Amino acid sequence: MRKGAVLGVIGLLGFAVLLEVAPRIGLVPQRYAPPTSRILTTLAEQLGEPRFWLAVVDTIRTWLLGLAIAVALGVVLGVLIGTVPVLRAATASTIEFLRPIPSVALIPLVVVLWGSTITSTLALVVYASFWQVIVQVLYGVADIDPVAQDTARSYRLGRWHRVRYLVWPTALPYIATGVRLAATVALILTITGELVIGSPGLGQEIATARASGAVAAMYALIVVTGLFGVAANVLTRAAERRALHWHPSMRSEAVVA
Amino acid sequence: MTGVLRRTGIALALPVVLVAVWWFASAGSTDFYFPPLRTIVEVFPETWFGPRLVDDVLPSLGRLAVGYLAALVLGVGLGMLIGSNRALRALVEPLLEFLRAVPPPVLVPILVLIAGIGNTMKVLVIISGCLWPVLLNTVEGVRAVDEVLADTCRTYRIRGRLRWWHLVLRSASPQIVTGARQALSVGIILMVISEMFAASSGLGYTVIQFKDGFQIPQMWSGVILLGLLGVLLSVLFRLAEHRVLGWYHGSRAVAKER
Repeated sequence: MRKGAVLGVIGLLGFAVLLEVAPRIGLVPQRYAPPTSRILTTLAEQLGEPRFWLAVVDTIRTWLLGLAIAVALGVVLGVLIGTVPVLRAATASTIEFLRPIPSVALIPLVVVLWGSTITSTLALVVYASFWQVIVQVLYGVADIDPVAQDTARSYRLGRWHRVRYLVWPTALPYIATGVRLAATVALILTITGELVIGSPGLGQEIATARASGAVAAMYALIVVTGLFGVAANVLTRAAERRALHWHPSMRSEAVVA
Repeated sequence: MTGVLRRTGIALALPVVLVAVWWFASAGSTDFYFPPLRTIVEVFPETWFGPRLVDDVLPSLGRLAVGYLAALVLGVGLGMLIGSNRALRALVEPLLEFLRAVPPPVLVPILVLIAGIGNTMKVLVIISGCLWPVLLNTVEGVRAVDEVLADTCRTYRIRGRLRWWHLVLRSASPQIVTGARQALSVGIILMVISEMFAASSGLGYTVIQFKDGFQIPQMWSGVILLGLLGVLLSVLFRLAEHRVLGWYHGSRAVAKER
């Protein structure tokens, strides 16, 4: 394991060195691909600018707010639809149809409705991440153990108790997967919205850097969005492990690791 | 027979109701931004089936196809290489985690810089987004090759191309298909974004032109067209998956029954 980590660091460093050397020896033109050292110094300069931090806050706010709305909607509607067979049968085709509609198709629509505001981006983020959550919740609710279900019926558990003690624990691992997928999708759509619609945030900063020919700043901001993406993966995985420490899948994982 | 009828009835009921609600609720609409659905449907054929089909729609789909297929070939090839070599995997894994985490649309400005706003840029954008899901899923699939099968191959001295084709690619294919499915939705998104950001033709560009020119019914028809394309491509994908992975779904169903 330790040897693997060392190799991984070597891989990252190797990539950085490659991007440093290739423009320096003229393999790729410097004006397209600034060397790593220049990207990193620009990044350090950015870290000192209030403008950069405002953009970071805007992006995080849109991202988390959109994700929270999508998760809340997805879980509530998913549990409702999943536990009522008639609703499930009636909505299945509609969900299958609406899900593959690419969220970016809605960009012109949200722009004419709300202009270049955070609301526009938020609408895209919620739309795109909602499907990730609700589909997983529906899978989860469908996965209830028939024996547990019969037991609950024998004990005449009420509707609320069934949801709390039967549906919720069964669906939770699926919800966790849905949240993890949705977090990535929400980040992508947040940045995309900012980039294309021009709502405030890191994406807009990238567009500005491009327009003013600040190539190194553009690369620096892109590195930041990548770090955000890594953080999203790491944090959601950690949260998943915490929320599901009792679940068999996590226990077996712990034994193997 | 009645069961089938009933099920189709239930499946169609809600979509029909929703479209009907939209149709009648918007029928007398004078809101500039929410034209009647009737108007949208009326402008749809003249907007998209004229010269735009050849000039904008088909080139967009062509770029999507080229970029997507290139990403599939590249992703599966590199993924098999990386997945089957432990040292190489340890070397590149953190790097891949980072590259995958970069939201693909931010690469559009870089690629515009490098390749201009022509076809090359758009295809590169699509490849750069579709590659990661395919690559990482292939790596996972190759890693999870069944030990017994691998040992069997070793015992029978099945090596080289035969082993790659019948053992590694076969075992990894369910994972590869999962990656390919994710890549397809990313690909559609990037097709549209690359054209919205910088282009002079294409579906995404045309829809934005309608928006900027306040041709609202045409814009709505473009949004609907993009939605229909998304649905159509996902249906096509499912048909392809059924063919390629028929053996896998069959064996899974049998294993479940036991």
